[in-house]
Amino acid sequence: MSIELPYLGMTLSISDLDIENKAYFAHAARRDFRLQRCSGCNRFRFPPTTGCPWCANPESTWQAVEGKGTVHSYVEVHQAIQPAFKPYVPYLYLLVDLDTQKGEPTEHEALRVIGNLTTPDGRLAPPELSRKVGIGSRVRIVFADVGEGLSLPQWTLDDQQPSTPPWRYPDP
Amino acid sequence: MRNGCFVAWKCVPSPMAIDPGIVQTAASLGPSKDSRVNVSSTIDATAPKFLRDKYAIVGVGETTYSRSSGRTTRALATWALRNAIADAGLTPKDVDGMLSYSSFSDSTFCIQVSGDLGTRLNFYMDVHGGGTSTETLVGIAIGVIEAGLCKTVAIYRSMNGYSQTRIGGTGPRASLPVAGDLLHTAAFGMQSPGQMFGLTFMRHMHDYGTTPEQVAMVKVIHSEHASNNPKAFYKHRVSVDDVLNSKMICKPLHLLDCCVETDNATAIIVTSAERAKDCKQPLVLIRGVAGRVNKPRLDMHYQHGPITLAAGAYAKDIIWPNAGVGPEDIDITASYDAFTFTTLLQLEAYGFCKIGEGGQYVSDGTMRLGGRRPNNTSGGHLCEGYTHGVSMVVENVRQLRHDVDDSCPVGPDGRRQHTYDYREGGCRQVRDVEVSANLGWAGAQTASAMVMRCG
Repeated sequence: MSIELPYLGMTLSISDLDIENKAYFAHAARRDFRLQRCSGCNRFRFPPTTGCPWCANPESTWQAVEGKGTVHSYVEVHQAIQPAFKPYVPYLYLLVDLDTQKGEPTEHEALRVIGNLTTPDGRLAPPELSRKVGIGSRVRIVFADVGEGLSLPQWTLDDQQPSTPPWRYPDP
Repeated sequence: MRNGCFVAWKCVPSPMAIDPGIVQTAASLGPSKDSRVNVSSTIDATAPKFLRDKYAIVGVGETTYSRSSGRTTRALATWALRNAIADAGLTPKDVDGMLSYSSFSDSTFCIQVSGDLGTRLNFYMDVHGGGTSTETLVGIAIGVIEAGLCKTVAIYRSMNGYSQTRIGGTGPRASLPVAGDLLHTAAFGMQSPGQMFGLTFMRHMHDYGTTPEQVAMVKVIHSEHASNNPKAFYKHRVSVDDVLNSKMICKPLHLLDCCVETDNATAIIVTSAERAKDCKQPLVLIRGVAGRVNKPRLDMHYQHGPITLAAGAYAKDIIWPNAGVGPEDIDITASYDAFTFTTLLQLEAYGFCKIGEGGQYVSDGTMRLGGRRPNNTSGGHLCEGYTHGVSMVVENVRQLRHDVDDSCPVGPDGRRQHTYDYREGGCRQVRDVEVSANLGWAGAQTASAMVMRCG
């Protein structure tokens, strides 16, 4: 059955035909972060697809991945385009290098997963929390529940942080 | 041309380079123009090199740039096309091929537009896509003419980018249901072009120490150029402080780091160099094209790094061998400026400076009128108006004709008498320009390029 659910005020929709996304978000709804793992070359991939980007094998299985990583880049949105986000500006989304499979198959690759910076319970982070995060910050996955069969993996600050502060845009 | 390379091409026969994988005869090559090119010889470029200089852009045209066109995109398209056809000294009956492109169903297709122009087409195609389409469609036009499908192709992009379908993504399409791959981006409030590209820009600042002040210079310089362009939507000059003090849109992008949304259509006419000789304007020849060249992982290009590297780094291995020139030979660039950063990233990727040194390149005066290699002399998308790329080809064609439409007086021969005084409100013709490069952007993941020269 197709999924159509409100989140923050926008509509998230997963077609019944979109088998891969349906599986990804259904796992998330069970607090279970899983990615497709290629049955041929054994590599994980993200986002969900119908074939392996590394070896083109169509067969894969959903395997658990530790949801920890390092912020590779981020954007701080002050003017929301999506109306649902207007009450939350400025909000952050992060591009996170997962620890799993980082640097494979070449040094330039990582499983890079986008999500908002959130509180540990999955709500969009308030400004005072956002100010602590930048490139290099350590984050872990939390889940924002949307409804039956759909939770969004989100990012919150990990307890363990590097000794050097993260890199942030040079505000005046 | 400051180093005289085209003089050398025209006058000095040299040993012929045979491209691997491309069957050529001495007769088809003519005098070699490759002897001074220092590029990878292993690339089997997409267009056989003997198409160099065999095709021309003979007509360019546009509508006004406004935020209230009061017309359909159909009317805008025919307006721009009529101007381009007249500019070439042709009639609509001479156009038998047509190409258009659009995004978000924001334009009118060739079927309607061709009828309004009174053309009978032997070929047409409406293409989906954005900022890399211009150069790509020129390549397609060359291909279909070469294959004998038609003889002269008109290319247009028509959009009410402010009053109807906002290209920045605000308006009705901002709140469409989030589905498919967008569940991994838009669901987190990442959906406009600025939001999608911002991760690349921010990482570039982190990796290379690129500063907001350096990046702001792209807008400053393009605004200087626009101040000498009577048709530009924004004609006022701005300072670095103006950029940095404008409101933050999505960090690292201030309002003035973002291009202007406008209503307009733009058009160019492509035909063979042979036919071009019968047209009205000084000859502008197409040296080479690279079309929609990509980084790996288009499904989400951030999976592949460095995320700061633009796809021009791949396109350069096609465009420079195809055109038989390198960055050092280029007199003027038009580097797609949807944002200040996009200009910087492309100039790096194509080798106009080293990777990571784009901040220095865009801020040291090189790109200014009067500088070593002016960029976006019309003011570009940041100032003149947003056209998804066509206007930057239009501008370079006029530059190569030495007849750019500034405020300089028109002489008795009907051509402008350029003063080369680049102060505000003055000239914007680049002196002795012979060869140009257009660099098209559809995100860091996809690039197009075209090199043109005076005939």
